[in-house]
Amino acid sequence: MKKYILLLVVTMMCWCGSLAMAADPVGDPSGANTGVAADVVGASAGAPTAAELASMSAAEPLAAKLADVIGHNRIAINMVWTLLCGFLVMFMQAGFALAEGGFTRAKNAGHTMAMNFMIYGIGILGYWICGFAIQMGGVGGVASLGGGTVLNNEFVINLFGHDFGLFGTKGFFLSGDTYDAVVYGIFLFQMVFMDTTATIPTGSMAERWTFKSFVIYGFFITALVYPLYANWVWGGGWLSQLGKNFGLGHGHVDFAGSSVVHMTGGFAALAGAMVLGPRLGKFKADGTPNAIPGHHIPMAVTGCFILAFGWFGFNAGSTLAGGDLRIAVVATNTMLASAAGAFAAMVYMWVFYGKPDISIIANGLLAGLVAITAPCAFVDATSAVLIGAIAGVLLCISVFFVERVMKVDDPVGAFSVHGVNGAWGVLALGLFADGKYGDAFNGVPGTVKGLFYGDSGQFVAQLIGTITNAVFVFVVMYVFFKVLDKIVPLRVSPEMELEGLDQSEVGVTAYPEFHLNKTHR
Amino acid sequence: MKKIEAIIKPFKLDDLKEALSTLGVSGMTLSEVKGFGRQKGHTEVYRGAEYVVDFIPKVKVEIVVEAERVDEVVETIMNSVRTGKIGDGKIFVLPVEEVCRIRTGEKGKAAI
Repeated sequence: MKKYILLLVVTMMCWCGSLAMAADPVGDPSGANTGVAADVVGASAGAPTAAELASMSAAEPLAAKLADVIGHNRIAINMVWTLLCGFLVMFMQAGFALAEGGFTRAKNAGHTMAMNFMIYGIGILGYWICGFAIQMGGVGGVASLGGGTVLNNEFVINLFGHDFGLFGTKGFFLSGDTYDAVVYGIFLFQMVFMDTTATIPTGSMAERWTFKSFVIYGFFITALVYPLYANWVWGGGWLSQLGKNFGLGHGHVDFAGSSVVHMTGGFAALAGAMVLGPRLGKFKADGTPNAIPGHHIPMAVTGCFILAFGWFGFNAGSTLAGGDLRIAVVATNTMLASAAGAFAAMVYMWVFYGKPDISIIANGLLAGLVAITAPCAFVDATSAVLIGAIAGVLLCISVFFVERVMKVDDPVGAFSVHGVNGAWGVLALGLFADGKYGDAFNGVPGTVKGLFYGDSGQFVAQLIGTITNAVFVFVVMYVFFKVLDKIVPLRVSPEMELEGLDQSEVGVTAYPEFHLNKTHR
Repeated sequence: MKKIEAIIKPFKLDDLKEALSTLGVSGMTLSEVKGFGRQKGHTEVYRGAEYVVDFIPKVKVEIVVEAERVDEVVETIMNSVRTGKIGDGKIFVLPVEEVCRIRTGEKGKAAI
């Protein structure tokens, strides 16, 4: 309760503070003033410069008017692309729900679905209240979308003679001059990425998590934890400026979120699963794991297909520009890595465990996708396949390590898919980025290159970003879950866990007409 | 009157039904059950963890007949479902005290 009041007071103060600040750029709520002649400058290799636009417009009035339409269309293509890709990523929520539901037991299906469903609603609200402002409040606009410059307040501290951006302070409740078409578009796109992170721990913590504490977690991760790290990488914060400030490549680069989205989700998932403890009956007295089979493999596999489909929006959409034809390379790299991940996992299981276990293969597909998420725009097909294949193998090793060595119960392999391979993804970028794309990324001139193409500084920046995420997210979420457990118990009672969480936690039984096979465990 | 309970392998059900209809047995009740006798369980694997499934799915068929027909019916069942491999099942014969047809109220042998 106190936590709620404190959160409310802080957000109200920030909101009032943001209203009081003088805002030089003005919001454009109707979008009518966004996308103008100036947006043709630098739009292509042969586009006019700003000076040429000014001087030639006087001599060619029709061309000047057409430039305005062209500028608007360019921005419109980019906005449509960004939004459609955002809609695709939203559909991944269904993918997560089906995958997690299928890999867990029928007696808990209502509860598992309820968590995956409500994280969507809670995430949007938490992000609207203050998450977006913290993440993007100081990003300064998105050139490809022709606006968003009202997002111009970043809280910085000065260390070692450089500015370290920590969080944004504009955009609470999308109010004031952030009531702007471009800002709303950025909000939608960033929000669906944030929700992907928030839903990942529902997999590792499934089948024994109380719904009440889940709701509180939902607000915490979406309003605070995710936005902070996301600001440091995507909001203009200090990790993105490691190149500009310290000469480390282009700073920590994460094209679509291997670290921002998947590592954050994966390490939060690990922290949560460790605090919750394993499901009843998961480990024998001597510590060897028992199998708890999922109840609906077709549903789980369908869910993974939906995730793979949504990933086209996840990765290719991160150009924020339909006019940037690199989207074809991004999308193709994405699908290649997914195939390599699935295939590598299949071979691994076949060789070491005798059968091509489809549940692990599906995880392998996702692992490949997670791993390519950061480097997708910066590598070629061969590297994409290699990155995906290594991800598939890492996934298998990690699943068994987490279960058998760490003795942590992760019902769907959330940490192995997202945490481990998220880290591999950003590090892989630091190795394989081939310098064919990314000029001026994070304000550093030149294209993005990894260690194998001559830029060791890039790899160091990736390492810093990776370690920062792992430590920050794991420590904060572990402490959060421990503290929350004292206030609102994280775990259901053993009787309820054996009975099934559906009736006791969410008041509906997923399969009321089926006599569930209670003897199967 | 006697009740014959036959616990058989599920895929032999059609053979049993055909054989009994040739005999003129007029009805039966079916349940899907799990069980084991001397046939051991088998090992399944999920995500690399092995687990033993002790109980094997079986089908239980219950038939009530006049006492004079018991041997004939039991013999027919055994011949129709026997595969010769372990797990063929068992047949139990129990006494029945009373049989009633609900629709007409008939009792005894007329109700079978």
